[in-house]
Amino acid sequence: MKAVVSVIGKDNVGILAKVANICSEYNGNVTEVTQSVLDDVFAMIMLVDITKLNKPLSELSDSMTKLGKDLGLSIHVMHEDIFNSMHRI
Amino acid sequence: MINVYDILETIRMIQDECLDIRTITMGISLLDCIDSDIDVACKKVYEKITRCAKNLVKIGEDIEKEYGIPIINKRISVTPIAIISAACGCSPVKFAVAMDKAAEAVGVNLIGGYSALVQKGFSAGDRELIESIPEALACTNRVCSSVNIGSTKTGINLDACKIMGRIVKEAAEKTVDNNCFGAAKLVVFCNAVEDNPFMAGAFHGVGEPDCIINVGVSGPGVVRAALAKYPDADINEICNIIKKTSYKITRVGQLVGVTASERLGVPFGIVDLSLAPTPAVGDSVAHILEEIGLEQCGTHGTTATLALLNDAVKKGGVMACSSIGGLSGAFIPVSEDAGMIDAAKSGCLLIEKLEAMTAVCSVGLDMIVVPGDIPNDTISAIIADEAAIGMVNNKTTAVRIIPAIGKQEGEELDWGGLFGCGPVMKINYKSASKFINRGGQIPAPLHSLKN
Repeated sequence: MKAVVSVIGKDNVGILAKVANICSEYNGNVTEVTQSVLDDVFAMIMLVDITKLNKPLSELSDSMTKLGKDLGLSIHVMHEDIFNSMHRI
Repeated sequence: MINVYDILETIRMIQDECLDIRTITMGISLLDCIDSDIDVACKKVYEKITRCAKNLVKIGEDIEKEYGIPIINKRISVTPIAIISAACGCSPVKFAVAMDKAAEAVGVNLIGGYSALVQKGFSAGDRELIESIPEALACTNRVCSSVNIGSTKTGINLDACKIMGRIVKEAAEKTVDNNCFGAAKLVVFCNAVEDNPFMAGAFHGVGEPDCIINVGVSGPGVVRAALAKYPDADINEICNIIKKTSYKITRVGQLVGVTASERLGVPFGIVDLSLAPTPAVGDSVAHILEEIGLEQCGTHGTTATLALLNDAVKKGGVMACSSIGGLSGAFIPVSEDAGMIDAAKSGCLLIEKLEAMTAVCSVGLDMIVVPGDIPNDTISAIIADEAAIGMVNNKTTAVRIIPAIGKQEGEELDWGGLFGCGPVMKINYKSASKFINRGGQIPAPLHSLKN
């Protein structure tokens, strides 16, 4: 089971570190990261293994939303099932 | 492996194009709450609803966070109260109060099922319930009511049509301080369905299991945005784009429904394949029709475009979910759709055209504000017209019109939120009283020799 963490917003120091830090707090294992900075816009998609999470995914999602608010970024956590459902027959 | 393009597409649909799950509705049977003592029965009703639905809102919110998709409403539908209250032999308003309290206790915003099914006649409890609707809607906040007055197999109960004209008016009059909101919570059906998750017409049919989860999806904004990328596509391509989009939307509905049913320990019922608009910018069914090529919704061509839209949505959605049900037709509530509101205000969209639109697909004359001085028999005649369309075409039709007490054409009623605002629309004042007052039953139509 994986979750997709997406981060979009103005580039700044330590975004990746802070997001990854929350993942580790919840015992989520980051398995893949794609990231780009275009015209000062930071965009990152992170795949996180959530099978061994120490708290419910909804709480991880709350923490990320809060981090997003603090940093002025748009951060979303979504279970991979939603993408698999929508884009695979 | 999930690819980045798919991830971004999904995020864009949710963030920019208003993709959401419109409602998770828990259907609860109240048949085991029947008691000849109304207070005992109401206590059982309250206990059963709060027991079955105690985790509904919490689990809905968890799913929202985990999948990152908004679930706008969590709601409850119950067995038509006329069946439950029949044994009590008195006014069933106490049931409405019990439903309202239970809904408040579990945190849902609407509860449907203050209903009666009288398509072929009135049985014990039906008349008392119908007569109590205006009071029940005025003294509660969350209760929704519906009455089924006709069906393809039984014909139309003209006596019930007549009564409902008066009841709709009284529901508006009793809530005149609240923008006549009572009438917005009352739906008159022909061919009502038993597993509809959408309010205000939801009730839990007697053929349904004890408790069940039904899901209604939304996504007019997503369909419009998908079409906007292909301005020169021919109509077959347009249908294909709608089908593909509808497939994706419905898959999300299926996922959310199955997850909710697993966590609640309740069987999963159906996905209602409907494009349900909201007054929010970018969430309008009318704008899809305009994207297909109408200058404004309501003009000539509206019926044809709506027919193809509705059909393509179903064709796309049908493969995406395990079971389809409910109303499954594009909704065209005037007050809840930004494009419809504009079209009605500009005079491009008239009741007559809306009626024609309901013949090819949509669910009915929905959230239409009419002048407060509309005669009761004229409301009855509007209901009879709409029911006739449903009866003959083998489909569900509904009437939810709101007489704006004390207001005239050109003014408007504004409820805010999901209910939106509606301009008072022009009606035809020539009388249909003699027809309505004849009473009796319009016979069921012949289903051969079709033309």
